[in-house]
Amino acid sequence: MEYIVSLLVENKAGVLCRIANLFSGRGYNIEMLNVAPTMDPSLSRMTIVTSGDERVLEQINKQLNKLIDVVKVVEYRGRPYVEREMALIKMHTDASTRAEVLRIVDIFRANVVSVARDSYVIEVTGDSGKINAILNLLEPLGIKELARTGKVAMTRGG
Amino acid sequence: MKLNGAKILLESLKREGVKHIFGIPGGAIINVFDELYKQKDLKFILTRREDGATFAAEGYARSTGKVGVAFVTSGPAATNTVTGITNAYMDSVPIVVFTGQVPTNLIGNDAFQEADITGITRPCTKHNFLVKRVEDLAETVKKAFYIASTGRPGPVLVDLPKDVQTDEAEFNYPESVSIRGYNPTFHGNPRQIRKVARIIAEAKKPLLYVGGGVISSGAHKEVYTLAKKLCIPVFTTLMGIGAFPETDELSLGMAGMHGTYRANMAIQHCDLLISIGARFDDRVTGKLSDFAPHASIVHIDIDPASISKNVKVDYPIVGDAKCVLQEMLPLFDEYEKDWKEIRKPWLEMIENWKNEHKLAYVRDGKTIKPQYVLEKLYQLTKDIYPIIVSDVGQHQMWVAQFYTFTRPRTHLSAGGLGPMGFGFPAALGAQVANPDRMVINITGDGSFQMSMQELATAVESRLPVKVVILNNGFLGMVRQWQQLFFGRRYSGTDISVQPDFVRLAGSYGIDAFRLEEEKDVEEGLRKMLDCSGPCVVDVRISREENVYPMVPAGAPITHMLLV
Repeated sequence: MEYIVSLLVENKAGVLCRIANLFSGRGYNIEMLNVAPTMDPSLSRMTIVTSGDERVLEQINKQLNKLIDVVKVVEYRGRPYVEREMALIKMHTDASTRAEVLRIVDIFRANVVSVARDSYVIEVTGDSGKINAILNLLEPLGIKELARTGKVAMTRGG
Repeated sequence: MKLNGAKILLESLKREGVKHIFGIPGGAIINVFDELYKQKDLKFILTRREDGATFAAEGYARSTGKVGVAFVTSGPAATNTVTGITNAYMDSVPIVVFTGQVPTNLIGNDAFQEADITGITRPCTKHNFLVKRVEDLAETVKKAFYIASTGRPGPVLVDLPKDVQTDEAEFNYPESVSIRGYNPTFHGNPRQIRKVARIIAEAKKPLLYVGGGVISSGAHKEVYTLAKKLCIPVFTTLMGIGAFPETDELSLGMAGMHGTYRANMAIQHCDLLISIGARFDDRVTGKLSDFAPHASIVHIDIDPASISKNVKVDYPIVGDAKCVLQEMLPLFDEYEKDWKEIRKPWLEMIENWKNEHKLAYVRDGKTIKPQYVLEKLYQLTKDIYPIIVSDVGQHQMWVAQFYTFTRPRTHLSAGGLGPMGFGFPAALGAQVANPDRMVINITGDGSFQMSMQELATAVESRLPVKVVILNNGFLGMVRQWQQLFFGRRYSGTDISVQPDFVRLAGSYGIDAFRLEEEKDVEEGLRKMLDCSGPCVVDVRISREENVYPMVPAGAPITHMLLV
């Protein structure tokens, strides 16, 4: 079962390492990870995608809460939330593919953020399904490079 | 007035009520030792290895509940503390270890005696700190003691770069400290406590499962009241020994791999298992799917992560055992029941198990049986409640089985990690904290050889610890497994090449003698107990004596190999 957990952590050296240690030491896996400071510069938000059965997920949650540098653990199961990922995709382009690439970019409401003689860099944002879908369509046209972020998530309302 | 970091450290420790520090100096902590030399309030106990310092700090903490403190230098000294720190982490023992570190401008440069000790100890400390500015030092010490001693206790490491020790800052020790990511729960949820009280009151065959948390929280009196009031039988874990008097008729002793027949059978047949301050360790539960198959499970623990970690718990209460029980006990007054009468059938079942397979061993009248030594030792010392510190191996289980413990903090044992070599230095630490008590280290020839350099510590710091080496010339517990499960292939376990422990102790000026026949045991033990200083007794026991009962690893706890 995929599980997204979002943490507010102290923004200081070694905290990421403590969290990564906890996962590796207890045999859990981090599938995606995203970290950035919050509005309060002393705190960072960390969004982790992991997986496991009910018991493992409960343990992950409790063990994270035990870390002194973890201020808050938010889990999204059973609550409405939005999630987004972003990808930068460098496409090999020439006269024969440019138009098709632009069409796909348009359909997915993606953006071309850099243009060169033989390549575009495309930026696309969305949930995992959308990112996977555009990659699927672009792949036959020649993807040169791909950089994909981890998920960020937020509950709806309240 | 401005003080240097070394002085700030010592002043901070005094404010925390520290009296004793264990350790060894070195280049990266020399400034702290210089300040230590200039003052009289803090007493320093020099050990001979850094793991000895951490084990001694643990013995100090385990025997008193106070935070144990160690000072060591950087690099190899810091890495030598890792075993002791991990041990304290596994057994929830409050210690704070201060390590020297290379100056901040050299960190990361592979400087002489540099080790990334905060990186190394991240997974085995409750928390650790690298102090980068002397201005942060006092508050960090405050936080370190607060974290180590509250909630589920544990080890904290503070890494002190050399320039932080020499730089100066104003000394202001904070009165209190608040850490936004750390708020341990002490009081259980009142509704949940009420509900659990009802579940306990309604149970026909309840059983108390008492762990080390009862000792940490000082809840032994409350546990006793609960057990006696509702006539609930009690077993303990290894760490829980002493939390309930083993002389009481409701005591079933220790359960698990080397637990008593009656305790393991009671687990198998109870309808409500009430776990307090225990963590369902595999050495207690055996095969999980067959553990307490007919029971609902109540679990009272201060650590939410312990609940439902190994065994699915039906009624969890997160909180300090003492607080929770104090709130729960009055609730039983609402039930006007004749507990004695209700409990009769259950206690009769237990009485039968008690008589079926008692802890036993076979004497031949000549060779010394280790169990006999411990029974005799109990008879000779039961009125003085000595602190018995065991090491790791067969003798550790024999101590748990054959010495009768009646008070908390009188049985110190490394339960979770099981580091051989723990016992002797831990006994020294316990003796430092309890100068007027009898402290006896029961060890094996294997374990003792991992810490015997601390004999010098005993002499130098005048610590009259008594050491009983149950010597069988084997790494006995491993040998036992090899005998039972590996076709008697004694691979690497024969350690009959060993020093003459009597002459070894003698070379330190310590009284020592050897016992080789059963008839000499009682007199020998008396002689040891009468000794005013430290004393080492090399007891030659029957070489291939096994610890029974024994549940093979991974088997259900009712599958006991018996004598």
